[in-house]
Amino acid sequence: MATVYGIGSSGAAPALEAKAVSVSYGDATAVRDVSLTVPANRVVALIGPSGCGKSTLLRCFNRMNDLVPNARVAGRVDFHGRDLYDHGVDPVEVRRRIGMVFQKPNPFPKSIFDNVAFGPRVNGFHGDLDGVVEASLRQSALWDEVSDRLGDSAYALSGGQQQRLCIARTLAVKPEVVLMDEPASSLDPIATQRIEELIYQLKERYTIVIVTHNMQQAARISDYTAFLYMGELVEYGPTETIFTNPREERTEAYVTGRFG
Amino acid sequence: MRSNEGVDRRAGSYHGRRRAMGLAFAWLCGLSTCVGIVALAVLLVDVTLDGAPRLSVDFLSSFASRFPDRAGVKAALAGSVWVVTLTAVIAFPLSVAAAIYLEEYAPKHWTTRAIQTNIANLAGVPSIVYGILGLALFVRALGLDRSVLSGALTLSLLIMPVIIMSAQEAIRAVPSTIRDAAYGLGATRWQVVRHQVIPMALPGILTGTILALSRALGETAPLIMVGAVGFVAFTPGGLSDQFTVLPLQIYSWVSRPQPEFQEIAAAGIIVLLSLLLTMNAAAIVLRNRYQARS
Repeated sequence: MATVYGIGSSGAAPALEAKAVSVSYGDATAVRDVSLTVPANRVVALIGPSGCGKSTLLRCFNRMNDLVPNARVAGRVDFHGRDLYDHGVDPVEVRRRIGMVFQKPNPFPKSIFDNVAFGPRVNGFHGDLDGVVEASLRQSALWDEVSDRLGDSAYALSGGQQQRLCIARTLAVKPEVVLMDEPASSLDPIATQRIEELIYQLKERYTIVIVTHNMQQAARISDYTAFLYMGELVEYGPTETIFTNPREERTEAYVTGRFG
Repeated sequence: MRSNEGVDRRAGSYHGRRRAMGLAFAWLCGLSTCVGIVALAVLLVDVTLDGAPRLSVDFLSSFASRFPDRAGVKAALAGSVWVVTLTAVIAFPLSVAAAIYLEEYAPKHWTTRAIQTNIANLAGVPSIVYGILGLALFVRALGLDRSVLSGALTLSLLIMPVIIMSAQEAIRAVPSTIRDAAYGLGATRWQVVRHQVIPMALPGILTGTILALSRALGETAPLIMVGAVGFVAFTPGGLSDQFTVLPLQIYSWVSRPQPEFQEIAAAGIIVLLSLLLTMNAAAIVLRNRYQARS
């Protein structure tokens, strides 16, 4: 078992535990023997230079890698004590409980309402759909901007609004964990700030794992930070420690901007 | 000073040559376009002059006849509509299903690639070959005889590769980010295909299908092979009835010696072209409507 630095004293129950996870695409290994624990109701940031495997690792947490031809995942990811990659675990159910927000806003070419309602609908939700849509849009701080035009195309929204719509869409299926793959990288600074505020509010109810290449962002919003380099987990610990007093030289070099 | 002028002049003539090349190329392309348009226009004018006087309600509602004054396209028009409709009913679902399978479900290995290559090759096989296949398979082996059904099945085989390929193209054009988003929300593969991929690909699929059906509408050779005949004095009442189609009827009229039949053939061509243009217009309208929606 690889050591997990600095976690355990926080008292939060683990939401996800990666144990010796490796991912390869064909012959190329993208993630090598990574073990880390994501505590519940915390924000964990994955940082590292481009191609370090942080997005690939993120996609292990809800089995999105299953959709990539010739991707192979070794090791285990425990969620409520059960390996997500166990035989008999339905990846569709995994993705319902562990939601994902992508790098570029990717709303469906449908109305705002239908975007948010899609998740509940495909998961067989019968009940107050209007209520779910409103609650989700309120949680993603978009409701006030769109409440009078839910029937409009989602494409009519600005980039930042679209991304908050995508977050609302993810929240609508009531996941326990929300994975975010550089959710603000294509947004302007103001839209980025709104997303960050949103993440801060969301951690009360959700566990969040966020990939970011923006170190200030990681420092601002996360409780724990993992630094990956060339597919390996170099260091993982409380964000403050990683940014002010890292134990690995490579981590220090990266967070101070000397490489990457 | 002098040498400088020389340089300038040379540069000037070089620029002049480049400009001239550009202009010449633009003119060449324009002329090529004109050749196509002029040829089409001449054809349309010629056909209209010959055939328009013969066009009437009677022409549409009369069967073929030995007497030019009583000849009409009723049987051929009905036959064409029957065959093309039936072809659409058979070819569309099969082709779209095949395209969805190849794009969304099939594992990407050499078998799939071989199938893919085969489909591309089948799209280029001459139609008469499909006629021979239809004759051997549908007319003889399956005992469907010289029927509307045999004709429609043969034409379905003919246009399926075209529809499959255009449907694949349309499905491939659906961004993978949309698929990711839907999968990420816990949608099953079927739900992703049903609710995201098909709606987004539909305009492209429909356009390809209608264009393929236009091709089927104009086909003659394979239908001669499966036994459509030039002289039919009834409209098909069922799948197993004999039939004729517009191009075949036109061909049979053109090959007659009497000049009146040339005019009747021209009138038949007008009917066929109107049908074709209507279908193409439908394709454009469909595409625009769906594009406006998304």
